[in-house]
Amino acid sequence: MPEPILNIRGLEKTYKGGVKALDGVDLTINRGEIFALLGPNGAGKTTLIGSVCGLVRPTGGKIEVFGQDLATSWKNVRRQIGLVPQELSFDMFDKVIRQVRYSRGMFGSAPDEARIEEVLRSLSLWDKRNAAIRELSGGMKRRVMIAKALAHDPQLLFLDEPTAGVDVELRRDMWRQIDMLRDRGVTIILTTHYIEEAEEMADRVGVIAKGRILLVDDKDAIMAKLGRTEAHFTIDSPLAELPAPLTGYPVHLEEGGTSLVYRGGDGTGKGKREVAELAQLLTREGIAFSGLETQESTLEDIFVDLLHEPVETAA
Amino acid sequence: MTFNARGTYAIFKNELMRMFRTIFGSILSPVITTSLYLVVFGAAMGDRMDLGGVNYGAFIVPGLLMLTLLSESTSNASFGIYMPKFTGAIYELLSAPVGVAETLIGFVGAAAVKSLILAAIILGTAALIVDYSIAHPILALGYIVLVAASFSLLGFIIGLWADGFEKLQIIPLLVLMPLTFLGGTFYPISALEGPWQYVAMVNPVVYLVSGLRWTFLGESDFPIMLSFGATLGFLLICIAVIGWIFKTGWRLRE
Ligand SMILES: Nc1ncnc2c1ncn2[C@@H]1O[C@H](COP(=O)(O)OP(=O)(O)OP(=O)(O)O)[C@@H](O)[C@H]1O
Ligand SMILES: [Mg+2]
Repeated sequence: MPEPILNIRGLEKTYKGGVKALDGVDLTINRGEIFALLGPNGAGKTTLIGSVCGLVRPTGGKIEVFGQDLATSWKNVRRQIGLVPQELSFDMFDKVIRQVRYSRGMFGSAPDEARIEEVLRSLSLWDKRNAAIRELSGGMKRRVMIAKALAHDPQLLFLDEPTAGVDVELRRDMWRQIDMLRDRGVTIILTTHYIEEAEEMADRVGVIAKGRILLVDDKDAIMAKLGRTEAHFTIDSPLAELPAPLTGYPVHLEEGGTSLVYRGGDGTGKGKREVAELAQLLTREGIAFSGLETQESTLEDIFVDLLHEPVETAA
Repeated sequence: MTFNARGTYAIFKNELMRMFRTIFGSILSPVITTSLYLVVFGAAMGDRMDLGGVNYGAFIVPGLLMLTLLSESTSNASFGIYMPKFTGAIYELLSAPVGVAETLIGFVGAAAVKSLILAAIILGTAALIVDYSIAHPILALGYIVLVAASFSLLGFIIGLWADGFEKLQIIPLLVLMPLTFLGGTFYPISALEGPWQYVAMVNPVVYLVSGLRWTFLGESDFPIMLSFGATLGFLLICIAVIGWIFKTGWRLRE
């Protein structure tokens, strides 16, 4: 039975200028899961995170963290929450280790040099501990942000585009970090523009656009529901009609019978299997084909599709 | 809702370390400036001033101390809270289990403590240059603490209010500096010509300087209780303003 760690109901935020950044968001996050929040620029991801973390004052709705109302128990609750914001921001002139200690103290945790060392080592920052932050590379600076957020051992961690502007190697490194945190039982909510990141890391995925949650589901379920394989067979001599053995498949003819198009599958590999079967059937029927193109829809396609469909159901 | 003592201490320590990161800017520069005033006005010109028995050097020590206290407290505290707003590092403070009390004690406390350290150094240096004594040491200390705290609070408000470096400088430079110079730092209000005495009396800094001077010399332009009451009133107003700021999230939360 999943235990909810964060419960958001009817959350609204209208900024002073009149921009409605959140428009009735309902979202439940369970303990120990990794939740990826996907959405285009300006969808409201940062605003949503800011509302939970105390950077933004919601204009409506209710937030419960660890079963406590955020509006009244914010002080207890925040000790357990960590935030890595989208932008790099700290006292650039300070030393790495001092900034990490500072964060730990600010969140009310007792000094613990061993834990600070552990955090710095896990992020490959230990050798740089006495460097001024401004001397570090961009990727290293981002790690310092993460180290600061982890310094007080939060139970719930928000990562706002943790891998923006980070090279491939560092990104993989970051994913390993997230995996380690998952093993420690930390619940993680991350926002990202990189679909592969959500596919790689997340247990569940939520899609947000224009301040509304369009879809929330298990990553695999989303793939199963919307994952599609598309295949184009280029047939040598035009077919007048679909050969009988093929009629059970989601196929049709295009371009005067010179192209056989398959659209199906559910993201579990069924699509690829059926395309292989089709190829064998065509060969067995003596239908020669000179080309085969297949395409798997990614989370990105799903996401783009969703954004272009009218909103049907909000999870 | 328990008080986050560790968080308060972390902020306090971080602020103090930040302020003392550069010894020159934080200590040497105010000490040198004050010493120069003392040398030029106190030691060199002092003989020509007639203050009815009081040595001129001893007369301007509390005035100069007040000048330093006001400008240092205000600028340190305003810078302390403005910088994280400017760099974005404020996100951490806003997301931490840190409320009004913790923030105020941490930021304002550090700025006030720095002013006190500076005051001690300045008084020590002044003793090398001019001959002075403190008539009511305990009251003097209490008064210095009160002024340092009040103006650190004012600095904190300025730092919150400022949305650019210009605004950060405007009040210290355009309001505090002139008021202090015109506030009897270098002369007794009684030395002013008729109507100017009344003009001086609407300058609040006059009462601050007068109060501190009373604790040093045992006499001054105004009764000590008036000065003390005015300073305390100012402190309470600052606290009320800050309370309102945190309640509404003004200039802090979107
Ligand atoms: N401080 C602010 N004042 C006014 N409007 C704001 C403010 N911050 C964000 N907005 C607006 O609110 C909407 C949501 O912004 P938000 O930063 O939450 O989006 P996002 O999903 O995080 O985007 P991105 O992927 O670009 O980071 C946008 O239209 C943005 O312009
Ligand atoms: Mg964002």
